[in-house]
Amino acid sequence: MNKIVEKYKLSESVFKFIVEAPMIAKSRKPGNFVILRIGDRGERIPLTIVDSDTEKGTITLIVQNVGVSSSKFCQLEAGELITDLVGPLGKATHIYKAGTILALGGGVGIAPLYPIVEAFKKAGNRVITVLAARNKELLILENEMRQWSDEVIVMTDDGSSGRKGLVTEGAEEVIKREKVDECVAIGPAIMMKFCAQLTKKYEVPTQVSLNTIMVDGTGMCGACRVTVNGETKFTCIDGPEFNAHQVDFDEMLQRLRAYKSEEDQARNKK
Amino acid sequence: MTDHTEMLKQERNTPWRVELRNSVPGKDRIAIERVKMNEVEPLERIKSQTCEVNCGLTPEQALHEARRCMDCVNPTCIEGCPVSINIPKFVKQIEAGKFLDAAATLKEFSALPAVCGRVCPQEKQCELKCFYSEKMNKEPVAIGYLERFAADYERLSGKIQIPKVEERNGIKVAAIGSGPSSLSFAGDMIKLGYEVTVFEALHEIGGVLKYGIPEFRLPNSVVDVELENLKEMGVNFEKNFVVGRTASFDDLKELGYKAFFIGSGAGLPNFMNIPGENLNGVMSSNEYLTRVNLMYANQSDSDTPIMLGKRVAVVGGGNTAMDAVRTSKRLGAERSLIVYRRSREEMPARLEEVKHAEEEGIEFMNLANPVEYMPNAEGRVAKARFQRMKLGEPDASGRRKPVAIEGDIFDIDVDLVIVAIGVSPNPLIPACLPGLKISRWGTIEVNEETMQSSIPEIFAGGDIVRGGATVILAMGDGRKAAASMHRYLQEKQKK
Ligand SMILES: Cc1cc2nc3c(=O)[nH]c(=O)nc-3n(C[C@H](O)[C@H](O)[C@H](O)COP(=O)(O)OP(=O)(O)OC[C@H]3O[C@@H](n4cnc5c(N)ncnc54)[C@H](O)[C@@H]3O)c2cc1C
Ligand SMILES: Cc1cc2nc3c(=O)[nH]c(=O)nc-3n(C[C@H](O)[C@H](O)[C@H](O)COP(=O)(O)OP(=O)(O)OC[C@H]3O[C@@H](n4cnc5c(N)ncnc54)[C@H](O)[C@@H]3O)c2cc1C
Ligand code: SF4
Ligand code: SF4
Ligand code: FES
Repeated sequence: MNKIVEKYKLSESVFKFIVEAPMIAKSRKPGNFVILRIGDRGERIPLTIVDSDTEKGTITLIVQNVGVSSSKFCQLEAGELITDLVGPLGKATHIYKAGTILALGGGVGIAPLYPIVEAFKKAGNRVITVLAARNKELLILENEMRQWSDEVIVMTDDGSSGRKGLVTEGAEEVIKREKVDECVAIGPAIMMKFCAQLTKKYEVPTQVSLNTIMVDGTGMCGACRVTVNGETKFTCIDGPEFNAHQVDFDEMLQRLRAYKSEEDQARNKK
Repeated sequence: MTDHTEMLKQERNTPWRVELRNSVPGKDRIAIERVKMNEVEPLERIKSQTCEVNCGLTPEQALHEARRCMDCVNPTCIEGCPVSINIPKFVKQIEAGKFLDAAATLKEFSALPAVCGRVCPQEKQCELKCFYSEKMNKEPVAIGYLERFAADYERLSGKIQIPKVEERNGIKVAAIGSGPSSLSFAGDMIKLGYEVTVFEALHEIGGVLKYGIPEFRLPNSVVDVELENLKEMGVNFEKNFVVGRTASFDDLKELGYKAFFIGSGAGLPNFMNIPGENLNGVMSSNEYLTRVNLMYANQSDSDTPIMLGKRVAVVGGGNTAMDAVRTSKRLGAERSLIVYRRSREEMPARLEEVKHAEEEGIEFMNLANPVEYMPNAEGRVAKARFQRMKLGEPDASGRRKPVAIEGDIFDIDVDLVIVAIGVSPNPLIPACLPGLKISRWGTIEVNEETMQSSIPEIFAGGDIVRGGATVILAMGDGRKAAASMHRYLQEKQKK
């Protein structure tokens, strides 16, 4: 059982939680995630560790309300308990001094991108961040990102904040303008697919963090499998980050829909 | 060994045993028919995932079956048991009506008799070596049923004897994983006075006993009672804790842990790497069984979804395959099929599971191997393509190797495929202990006598050492490791 210490509303459907987890706060690295469960018959869902405070013994999670389990979490308040929380899971991001980093975040994917941006900056890189959301209301962590970025470009679908357009448009502009040594893209699978296509064209090495369906998160079930460079990999232990140019995104998009009808039913029931 | 033989002999000559032995002539014992296990009718039991198929023996049946045992001078049955349970002793205690004593005898050797009585492949172990099967060509004494009977009797009597534990010695040791190997290790170490913590990555204690083996074979309540006993004895359980991640071995040493037992199992499911294997509707048996047994996905109050299939093919011939295929039937499949690349005789599953599966209407398609899966318009598996096989020359394991019959290929309509072709050791722990010696299969290498690894304070056992094996072997390893870790720590104290 882990206690929620603080809760913030970042947008209509996105919440930030500060959660007591002293061991995880100490051992987590950028790129790691946790799996949590709300309630006796709760589902195990993965969430990225966005930040941690080793002194207070807390970690930060940011969650978007998309379905039954995320909504159960979003309904919890400060002082309440998370039934089960385990981590840190997954491989940590390979952080090094590359030169110029282009960080692309879409929607709630901005949350997992945040610790990576921070780490690359701290490692002495020039970091250019492109944040994208459907509208101003759904854009999160803009100020926090500015703290660790040399430049932040905001793109919204409707132009209500920053510029009107897609994340790839902002990214292409930067790539055309200056030499980018490495790109990191995190967001909905479809966004990562198009980011990968773009950076492949310009031959910029690119990492993506895949948000596949998971059950245990420890390599036991294979629900999270993806095809990378023609081989089957388990996102939870071989990833979640992979070389974007080798990921079979179409297969991944298909696999994300595996439980679509069951999820829709569950949402309507509750 | 001779000490052991001597002890068995002495026990055999205790007056009550002699008297009991002489009370019924041997030929009368031999004339008794082996008891039949009471079972729930197939059509009834497939309505529920939790209805246990075997009902257990009544006291009358147990007395009757115990009488068959000859209390042999040379009890070969014991040789067949990986933990050398004193079988004639507990069986004769049942015959004498001292059921609680029989349970106590079992506990001296096995930490989980109610579990082993249910899931041991007896026909390949103790019962294979029984005098009846070896010398008389008759059905062996039903040792497994009797073991289950004694353990259940004790549990249901409410008179569970909590073994005595030594005074705490203040030395902290850790078990990693909470499967049968760790549980038996923990039981022995707590008795010896150590401060024992069991770390488990999942949110439930029990390893495969909880997430793998379904309730229709092994009810969770049976496992829970054993866990409660361990807790009562003082074992500390930490769930949601991945050793190597949540904390490293060094962190744990800093917290005062002096030695470790790794019982992290062989959890990684194997796939065949054939086209279409990543389609929706194709999954590992671990995923399917975990969703049902750990997450209760088949129940309406669970948040975890499950894919139901009308036509289900399960690839494999082991216990895992049987559990998956029988689960699919219980979740409403119209057609549930086992596809196995060798013949019936080579199937590694327990005999009883194969029999039960057949009674429940499971179809067996032997000598076939999938080569490709094909999707429907929505991207879910709709057809499986199989290659017909025949048996060729024996391979290294002595089993005849399946070889493809050129050109003999056929398709079957399916909407769920479950891959149960074995597991590999979980690489997480080896990856975070660079000094640890690992075999080329990824298992941890240990001294077979002591279960000690290449790092002196680290011991290991169960599936992480053997690859996929059995509950009783895992338990035996845990016990062996406890005994030698105790010696190791005592030596260290002296220095
Ligand atoms: C390594 C990893 C890190 C993640 N980090 C975060 C995070 O920091 N913050 C956050 O909000 N989410 C994160 N996710 C996604 C999050 O786990 C899912 O949104 C959540 O499991 C959905 O559960 P649900 O029951 O609420 O929704 P469901 O009812 O299961 O699904 C609702 C809708 O979301 C889709 N969906 C289901 N699972 C996923 C998924 N894994 N990714 C994308 N869409 C999905 C479904 O197809 C459906 O349309 C992460 C996922 C992974 C694998
Ligand atoms: C479906 C199925 C049916 C079976 N049927 C039978 C049967 O009928 N009879 C029989 O004898 N055998 C059967 N077996 C095999 C038997 O269950 C195993 O051999 C036995 O459980 C192995 O025990 P173990 O102690 O090695 O570990 P496991 O039971 O595999 O448990 C290992 C545990 O360690 C945890 N873990 C792993 N890494 C870490 C870590 N780093 N930190 C913390 N925890 C960790 C895992 O989450 C898991 O819970 C079956 C197996 C399966 C899968
Ligand atoms: S533990 Fe298994 S092998 Fe040993 S006596 Fe019991 S059933 Fe037989
Ligand atoms: S071998 Fe069979 S008959 Fe003989 S003691 Fe063992 S169980 Fe009894
Ligand atoms: S989530 Fe089960 S193996 Fe990755």
